[in-house]
Amino acid sequence: MKGTNQPSKIAFVIGASSVGTLIEWYDFYIFGMLATILSKQFFPSDAGTAALLSTLAIFAAGFIVRPFGALVFGRLGDLIGRKHTFLLTLIIMGGSTFAIGLVPGYKTIGWLAPILVLILRLLQGLALGGEYGGAATYVAEHAPEGQRGFWTSWIQTTATLGLFLALGVIILIRSNQGVEKFSAEWGGWRYPFWVSILLVGVSVLIRMRMSESPMFTKLKSEGKTSANPLKESFGNKANFKMVLLALFGAVMGQGVVWYTGQFYAQSFIETVCKIDFIQSRNIMLVAILMATPCFVLFGWLSDKFGRKWIMLLGMFLAIVTYRPIYKEFLNITSASNKTQGIDTSATKVGPLMPLLDTKDKHKMYIKQVIDTVYLDGSVFKYTITDTLIGFNDLDVNSSINSMNPMLVKYKSIKPNVVVEKTMGSSASWNLIWLVFIQIVYVTMVYGPIAAFLVEMFPTKIRYTSMSLPYHIGNGVFGGLVPFLGTLIVEFTKSSNNPKGDVLAGLWYPIGVAAVCLIIGTIYLSNKIDKDVMD
Amino acid sequence: MNKIKKLLGYVWMLIAPTIIILLVIQAKNKITIATEVTRANTILQWVIILLIFTPICVGFFIFGKYASENAYDHLPESSDEIED
Repeated sequence: MKGTNQPSKIAFVIGASSVGTLIEWYDFYIFGMLATILSKQFFPSDAGTAALLSTLAIFAAGFIVRPFGALVFGRLGDLIGRKHTFLLTLIIMGGSTFAIGLVPGYKTIGWLAPILVLILRLLQGLALGGEYGGAATYVAEHAPEGQRGFWTSWIQTTATLGLFLALGVIILIRSNQGVEKFSAEWGGWRYPFWVSILLVGVSVLIRMRMSESPMFTKLKSEGKTSANPLKESFGNKANFKMVLLALFGAVMGQGVVWYTGQFYAQSFIETVCKIDFIQSRNIMLVAILMATPCFVLFGWLSDKFGRKWIMLLGMFLAIVTYRPIYKEFLNITSASNKTQGIDTSATKVGPLMPLLDTKDKHKMYIKQVIDTVYLDGSVFKYTITDTLIGFNDLDVNSSINSMNPMLVKYKSIKPNVVVEKTMGSSASWNLIWLVFIQIVYVTMVYGPIAAFLVEMFPTKIRYTSMSLPYHIGNGVFGGLVPFLGTLIVEFTKSSNNPKGDVLAGLWYPIGVAAVCLIIGTIYLSNKIDKDVMD
Repeated sequence: MNKIKKLLGYVWMLIAPTIIILLVIQAKNKITIATEVTRANTILQWVIILLIFTPICVGFFIFGKYASENAYDHLPESSDEIED
């Protein structure tokens, strides 16, 4: 059995598998894309960073259960077949995503809201744990000899395109609705979750037309399928050692590079560099679109030169360039590196909006927006809010008061300045290129990995054996990048340095990728397994 | 190369429990600091981190053990070498 040599058939296999997998990634990622809004909807409104961390923890929980999904559905896939298993995972994923969009907010049902969301998120993680291994195995088992890297690389594009679709749908709805409507309890942020049910419905119809993998069908007809895939995968030292090698020598490094390039980068430019919501997502969209063809390029190259060195080169480049890239993010978006416009319109001070406290006549709330325009076209918008007391008090020390002499007699008790930056065209393109570079690393490590994993394990336990390391590497090591990165930065904060070291979060992906690079270099083989039927 | 693989196997076996010990120490320190300074409860976060990384470190230890036993000197080239 040498796979399918009919181009139309392999194209259908790729198309049908990819659409379903893409939708599963879309379902999985909209949660992360909307983390800031979800934290406000499903947690108490005064929880602040704690709410965001809790939301990121729920987001991460979806990643953490992926290995369990890999075990449950991997076993099923090796027992009953690839097709029915990944059809099932698609339905579970679509159903739970749709249901997240129906959960009322914290204001309505209290703590039941985050609990329900957590349960649904866990179901999403389980489903995804079963999906990817099935799709990759299914495509690889159809691929012609010598082209496995090329054909499976199409499946590899789906994770990134799923992210692209999630970003695109969110931007589209938010742009049409405006911030307030989008962020309301039953606002537009729910639509991306509801859209999922339509996408999944279409994908299920397509997948039902697919036939079972030819290799699995042959094994089944010969009665050679595994009776106990879990025992044969992890109870057999010869296979288990390969599972461990796949995890520590390839997938854990690939996982952190993937999530740093596509998630941490976005989180960093939005929350640390303070780039405006829409622009930060547009930057990601353009960079992803430009880099996506590289998945196929590196998949194809891996058929020519082997999988190992392409993946390890991607890791190496990520390790040595992450810190310079993120420093450059800070430089590009820093006000100190910009020149203000030379005319008086360079700084637009908006009207002061005072609001008297109805209960305490000595207290006043104020809000003011100041736009600073720079020569490169960037606009930094400072929204200043404060609570002022003591009408006759001249001892004023707040920054806001110094900006507004009218209020000099009031005393500030709660000054707060929120910055939102919209970068000019050249600065914006510089950011896009920096994200693009990171996504090219992603394509190097991720493009060849499906073929690499498929070739490591025998057909009868392939689904189980490749799914577990893939989902520990990506779900646990990779999925925890945003959460652990944020947590590490929190640890560096002190009273002397309240902002902490904003680049410290990078040490986690750099460290994991470095260990993986060493192990991969020394222990992995660059040989391509020509016959995956055995 | 096989000698390096074997020697590094011992290194991985040492690193695995070291990571767990470091994580436990960090967890203890950070939970105490967080509780004293910010009154934030980070216990759950740390319990999750420890629960996730402990079995992975056990796996890393086993990987090191296999490497030290020369299990990776030859990688299987066909499934017959893997199956029982």
